Amino acid sequence: MAKIHVDGNTYEVNGADNLLQACLSLGLDIPYFCWHPALDSVGACRQCAVKQYKDADDKNGRLVMSCMTPASDNTYISIADDEAKEFRETIVSLLMTNHPHDCPVCEEGGHCHLQDMTVMTGHHSRDYRFTKRTHQNQYLGPFIGHEMNRCISCYRCVRYYRDYAGGKDLGVFGSAANVYFGRETEGVLESEFSGNLTEVCPTGVFTDKTHSERYTRKWDMQFAPAICTGCAVGCNISPGERYGEVRRIENRYHSELNGYFLCDRGRFGYGHANLKNRPTHALVREGDSFVTKHRGEGVNLGAQLLKSGKTVIGIGSPRASLEANHALRSLVGAGNFYSGASAQDASLTALCLKVLREGPVPAATIKRIDQADAVLVLGEDTLGTAARVALALRQAARGKLQTMSTEKKVPDWQAASAADIAQHELNPLFIATPMATKLDEIAAATLRADADGLAALGNAVAHALDASAPAVSADADTAALAQRIADTLKAAKKPLIVSGTGCGSAAVIEAAANVAYALAKLNAETAISLAVPEANSLGLAMFGAPDLDAALARLNGQEAVVLVLENDLSRRASASALDAAFAQSTVIAIDHQQTATTATAALVLPAASFAEGDGTWVNFEGRAQRSFQTYDPAYYDRHVATQESWRWIAQLRTALGQPAWSKLDEVIADAEAAIPALKGIAQAAPNAEFRIDGAKLARAPQRQSGRTAARANIFVHEPKATQDPDSPLAFSMEGINSTHAVERPAALIPFAWSPGWNSPSAWNKFQAEVGGAMKGGDSGVHLFRHNGAAPYFPLRAAGQDGLRLLPLHQHFGSEELSAKAAPIQERTAQAYVAINVADAQRLGIEHQSQTRVEFGDYSLSLPAKVRVDLPAGSVGLPAGLAGIPPLVAGAAVRLGKGG
Amino acid sequence: MSDTPVLKLADLPKAQGFALSEEERHEIEHALGHYPDGRAASIDALKAVQKHRGWVPDEAIPEIAKAIGISAADLEGVATFYSLIFRRPVGRHVIKVCDSISCHLTGYEELRDELVKQLGVQYGQTTPDNRYTLLPICCLGACDRGATMMIDDDLHGPVEPADVKAILESYK
Repeated sequence: MAKIHVDGNTYEVNGADNLLQACLSLGLDIPYFCWHPALDSVGACRQCAVKQYKDADDKNGRLVMSCMTPASDNTYISIADDEAKEFRETIVSLLMTNHPHDCPVCEEGGHCHLQDMTVMTGHHSRDYRFTKRTHQNQYLGPFIGHEMNRCISCYRCVRYYRDYAGGKDLGVFGSAANVYFGRETEGVLESEFSGNLTEVCPTGVFTDKTHSERYTRKWDMQFAPAICTGCAVGCNISPGERYGEVRRIENRYHSELNGYFLCDRGRFGYGHANLKNRPTHALVREGDSFVTKHRGEGVNLGAQLLKSGKTVIGIGSPRASLEANHALRSLVGAGNFYSGASAQDASLTALCLKVLREGPVPAATIKRIDQADAVLVLGEDTLGTAARVALALRQAARGKLQTMSTEKKVPDWQAASAADIAQHELNPLFIATPMATKLDEIAAATLRADADGLAALGNAVAHALDASAPAVSADADTAALAQRIADTLKAAKKPLIVSGTGCGSAAVIEAAANVAYALAKLNAETAISLAVPEANSLGLAMFGAPDLDAALARLNGQEAVVLVLENDLSRRASASALDAAFAQSTVIAIDHQQTATTATAALVLPAASFAEGDGTWVNFEGRAQRSFQTYDPAYYDRHVATQESWRWIAQLRTALGQPAWSKLDEVIADAEAAIPALKGIAQAAPNAEFRIDGAKLARAPQRQSGRTAARANIFVHEPKATQDPDSPLAFSMEGINSTHAVERPAALIPFAWSPGWNSPSAWNKFQAEVGGAMKGGDSGVHLFRHNGAAPYFPLRAAGQDGLRLLPLHQHFGSEELSAKAAPIQERTAQAYVAINVADAQRLGIEHQSQTRVEFGDYSLSLPAKVRVDLPAGSVGLPAGLAGIPPLVAGAAVRLGKGG
Repeated sequence: MSDTPVLKLADLPKAQGFALSEEERHEIEHALGHYPDGRAASIDALKAVQKHRGWVPDEAIPEIAKAIGISAADLEGVATFYSLIFRRPVGRHVIKVCDSISCHLTGYEELRDELVKQLGVQYGQTTPDNRYTLLPICCLGACDRGATMMIDDDLHGPVEPADVKAILESYK
């Protein structure tokens, strides 16, 4: 700690910070541009100048850049000093020389850091009367709009995109007053994290193109604290809604998870919630078509169907909330509830849960991954399965920069100096995966092998770390690499093992666990990160319910009523297996999407999308997080029957004369009571009774305009805002919006705003220390802790020979819901088959030639990608893409020439 | 600057199917040997191409970047930062007139006006016979010899407007 004196007041601050960070953490406003909590200081923009004095008696002082000056003990500064104020006003006027002042037509307007800083410095009128330099803009793909004239040359974009995210195709061109940020030639920005440019850029150069066509100012949108359902990392998001549509997704800061950054799948994949073909009414099958019914008719028909069934089973879903799954389980009875995950997904996820819950190694948060100083990635291409982890692994490698600059006594926030010291030095990252990954470029070593080879490497590393770990016979190269990895992990302070369900192999997950277990005996700081298939896979695994394959075996063509919850079964089981099992079944489907399953249902009940309902999700580290409803779809159309799945089930129960829940908190309490593993989920967020100063918390900014006129085109009568019985949040702008009144629980902050801070920089105001934890503590609750010790997993017999299926998880297109969003579709590859070069030569298959791929019941014709990095015997198919049926990793495949 | 013509991207010549020549490739590889990091060879590599072609076309950037192992965006940043890496075709001789403060005091404006008159082109332009390109430069480090200019690699100064014609004539 250090004492600093600011304008005559004395404060205790973190002496390791710079003055800007320290003052912002104190809640003092200093304007800035080039500094960013995740990007540190370069002193480029000169906006954060303050007056520094030698001591208490110095009356002259000198101007310093607060971001470049340490907050050392006994520092005397003035922010309010006239000369400093005038300097800051001059700087913003210079930065704005060529700025077009196009705020009324600029999509950054209303959440613009440049607007905020200009107001903060008191720069009211412009002196520059001459011609402004103008630029041509570039097409940057479906996600990002480009308007270079607004640029103030702060360099944040390239510092984020290139230095932080490892992107190669965004650069800075020209010099002096003619500087251009863009691509070398126009085209799609290649990074899977490009969307963060829209928040990193302090002005409107990079804006969210997916929001552009149906644009609404930030102050006119309604937000909620929500959880991304794009994968199991559980990044915190702020969806923004207007007129019953999700308009955009903003990052919602969480210091342990997403921090300031999301992946593009999560940010731009929301379009499924706005699809016009979503079911919005109860749909009753009559012959080959559906008839639209009201909610009550749907419930009554559903209850009749349930009553009529001798056998009634429920199939849950890893993409539905805990509450929805629990409601279904309690409706049909635990003995009739199935998880809805495929047998392979379910067993691999259960294995991950076992490793995390029963093993001695804690599950890593994203922050912990950032901090790792040696990493072994075994089998997982995290970019496809848990993308935010891939971005964190880059920070782990870059962490060398902090170590090296600290050794040289250079503060680690001195970004440019630290980068100069580190040059190309990186912390060791070992990547052993079936196929090349984008992270290979920063790896200390890579290994390409099939599941058996990866498991052998992992077990060899474990044995090298601890002789009591199972011994494995490996070839000389593998043994040498294993020894090198073991030595490196042993020497590390914060080693990390990354694996997961991605390559579909229990042996790989067990080998990764063995490495972590062995390492944990030597170093208590060891952590493990396991990617699981879907947003709520781990939560569903905690139900301990049998999987989808068990449900199909039970049905076996018999007469039954099957209630399918938010699940497109055609993505998880083959068409023939489903047809056979469901031959005599009557399906009630509750979903927010039109799917192959809803198409075959007798009754479809329209469920809430992630933006229309509340629910709890368990992420890949076992953290339960509450996602809150952003808007009520019925506010704009009172005929819409859409509601949370658990509400449908509650109404079915009532119609059946069973007791039912009326509020979310009741479902949660019931779930905790029924399933001991879920104990604690109530603590994920304050319950619906929570109030600040007796009031609910507003979902919309205070300046929201036209609330009373929003429905004027529908009916002249103005209804009151929808009441929310399930959360402490209020729809519309009515309610508490203050950042100051109390320390607001992080789980209840719908959007970042504080007086004078309209941009995402407003998160400063909610953090205990800028860039650190939230004032009220970070949200979510861990449902389990790792255990004291667990035995090593024994070695498994090698897999079978011959051509075997390997699912390849794509960042764009493999996840079911985001794949329905048009901008994501634009970035999704066409289906293909990846074949090892030796296999291709043996079979006479040419690169890019049409190839016959046969497995199970399927016979596909796909263009071949002949690859040298794919192990012989592995046949890769991009999971989840259009034209690719459900994949079982390790299944036998036959390949043949021609279509 | 009213005398700087507006750059129209569409007017730039396009080099189709660009490939580095053997000589260029050799010189770039030679430069790479001087540094532990390919990025450090950026300027040498750009200069090698400029030496042989007079300028560095857009299409050359990805090829040079590949040769030194950095991204095209990264190299384009270097290639657009330095004003002496020419990104448009230039004449056989490039005239660089010092417009910094010392030369301003010792007759820069007269020298510039004379050059413009003799050549009939403005800054940034090339004479129709492709003989001269006229460019400003911020300092030639010859303040004791102002007003100065540089033609190709030769420094001239002090230059009186009356000297201009003879100096120009010496560059065929």
